[in-house]
Order: sequence, then structure tokens, then C-alpha cells
Amino acid sequence: MASVSDNVMKFFRSSSNQTARPAVPQRRTRRSSGMAEISRLLNSQEGLCVLDMGSTSASNIRFFTGRGHKNYSEDLLRSSLDPALRIQDSTGNTVVDSKKFLDENLVYANAQFDVVLCWNLPDYMEESLVKPTIDRLWSVMKPGGVLLAFFHTRDAGPDSICYRYHVTDTDMLEMQEVKFAPPGRPASDKQSPRLQRVFNNRHIENLFRDFASIKFFLARDAIREVLVVR
Amino acid sequence: MDAPQTGELAHIGKSVVIKGELSGSEDLYVDGNVEGKIELRNHSLTVGPNGNVKADVSAKAVVVQGKLDGSVNASDRVDLRKSAIVTGDLTTQRIAIEEGAFLKGKVDIQKEAGKAAGPASS
Repeated sequence: MASVSDNVMKFFRSSSNQTARPAVPQRRTRRSSGMAEISRLLNSQEGLCVLDMGSTSASNIRFFTGRGHKNYSEDLLRSSLDPALRIQDSTGNTVVDSKKFLDENLVYANAQFDVVLCWNLPDYMEESLVKPTIDRLWSVMKPGGVLLAFFHTRDAGPDSICYRYHVTDTDMLEMQEVKFAPPGRPASDKQSPRLQRVFNNRHIENLFRDFASIKFFLARDAIREVLVVR
Repeated sequence: MDAPQTGELAHIGKSVVIKGELSGSEDLYVDGNVEGKIELRNHSLTVGPNGNVKADVSAKAVVVQGKLDGSVNASDRVDLRKSAIVTGDLTTQRIAIEEGAFLKGKVDIQKEAGKAAGPASS
């Protein structure tokens, strides 16, 4: 039977079979059509509630609060890797306790958020947590609120780098490779999370079927941006 | 990072556990466990790498290297170092966040009277 540690490690890339990467996490920029639409909303209204579900970013806090909006940060990918969420089911397999996960995360009042930035979370999160997380987001978003998510296309390989996103301009994002030490490993043993799956358009439409509308933006870097209206 | 070396600094070591309300008129460095409430008004709180604070905090400046669970009201600045794990809402004028810091909560940047906001830095 696999240990909890083994089960957590499947969310990280193996360090043995990957090509050498620079010690300093890579940074690059990309233009984002979805972010441009979000920026138009942020510039047209005041006091919006923004939930950023990526790694904590000072750039993003500056971008949102500087425009008079409220910023909430919650790094859901990191929270989802908490070993305390791993339990054994009746057959002895280790599974993630989605109920406990939602008891401890995304705990907000209904209809609180105008904007939710999901970034690439669904692609890297444990499968059993994805749908419950999206359902919870539906509850905490205001009707008419918008959600931005990025999905890899089939062209992306399994070793696609997991990025965190810093908003640097109204339609420009700086991408920085995410690396953190898996639970139980020394802080120096930082690894990048592994791409868990590739959603096709039908999967994405099903994932957001309770939302009012969905818009796809295709990009050249094997990423589909998805803007969803609650 | 070592504890800041200033003239007046109270130091709570890593083997110390305190439950209750802490208030003072000097800087405070916590590397142990504190549960309750911390009020320092015009002074700074530093939560060291071994520190584990479960308290609502009110201070001039708050620097976190360890764990802090509670709301933070810093009249000047909040500084989250790379090992910081913070759960709670932050209200401050300026915030700096090192890569690797974990924050779960709301950030409310309050503009200084007469100044435009220039709040967050990496």
C-alpha cells in the first residue's frame, strides 16, 4: 500500500527523470485576453471583491488594491497538498478528504466575490477536489461575477511547467515557475507540481455548467484561457 | 534571520508558551508560542522562524518568518518573509511579500492621509 508521502509525491515531478532546469525559477511574460476583460471590469467599477487563488503575489495585491478593490488571497493548490487531507477509504486506498478540504478552505459568505482568479489550478489539483471546488466557487461568487481560469491544451506535454501569475499590466502577466518543498521534505528540496490532466472543451463546459456563460480564448502557448460568468 | 538588535526589545524564546493578552511599549520578538491578543501600538512585532502566534495583532510594523493565525492591524507595514505562513486578514499601509510566503486572507491597504497608495512590494 502506498504511503501518504508517496501519494502526495504523485503531484510533483520526479527529480530523477527531468532535464536540468535553472536554479532560479524561470520568469516570462504573456499577454492575456482574459485578464484584459477582467481589467476592463476593474477599471469600470470600484470596491469589487477579488479572490486570487494563486500563490501569494505582491504584484497582484498592488494591482487590485491600487485600483480600490478588495483583495483576498488563498493558495488553494498548496493547501490541497496538505498530508492531513489524506485518508484511507473502505478499501484501504489513500484518498483526499474533499469534505475536510472544503471545511478548511474557500470558507466565505455566499455571493461575496465579483472576480475570481483561478489561474491554472484545475490542471494541477487532485481530480476529486476540482468539481467540489468549482461548485463552492459558484456559491461564493456574485451573480454576474467573473472567473478566469487557464487550461492546457492537448499539445502541452506532461512536463508542462506549473506557473504562478503576477499581473503586471491590464493585459500582461508575468509567469514564474512554481516550486515548493513537498510536505515532509526539506525546504531545499523544491519541486514543481505535475500537470494532472488535460481538459477538453466538453470537460470544461461540464465543469462550469451551472454558470451563466463561458468564453474561450485560444493562445499560442498551448493554453486556453476561459472566462466564465456566474 | 536573527532577532532585531534594538535598544528596547522583549524576546519570547522558542520554549516559551503564553496564553492571554500581551501589550507593551517596546518592540517584541516572538520565537515561541503565543495565543490570545498582542497589542503594541507604536512598536513592532517580529514572529521568528520558530514562532507560532494565534492572536489578533495590533502594532506599528509586523514582520513574520514563522506562523501567524489571526487578524493583523499594522499602522505602518507588514513584511512576510519567505517562510511565513499567515492565515488571517491584514490591514496596513504597506505590505512586502517574499516569494514562498503563504497568505490566506484579505489584504486591506489603507492609504496614508495625503498620500497616494503605493502599497505592495515583492
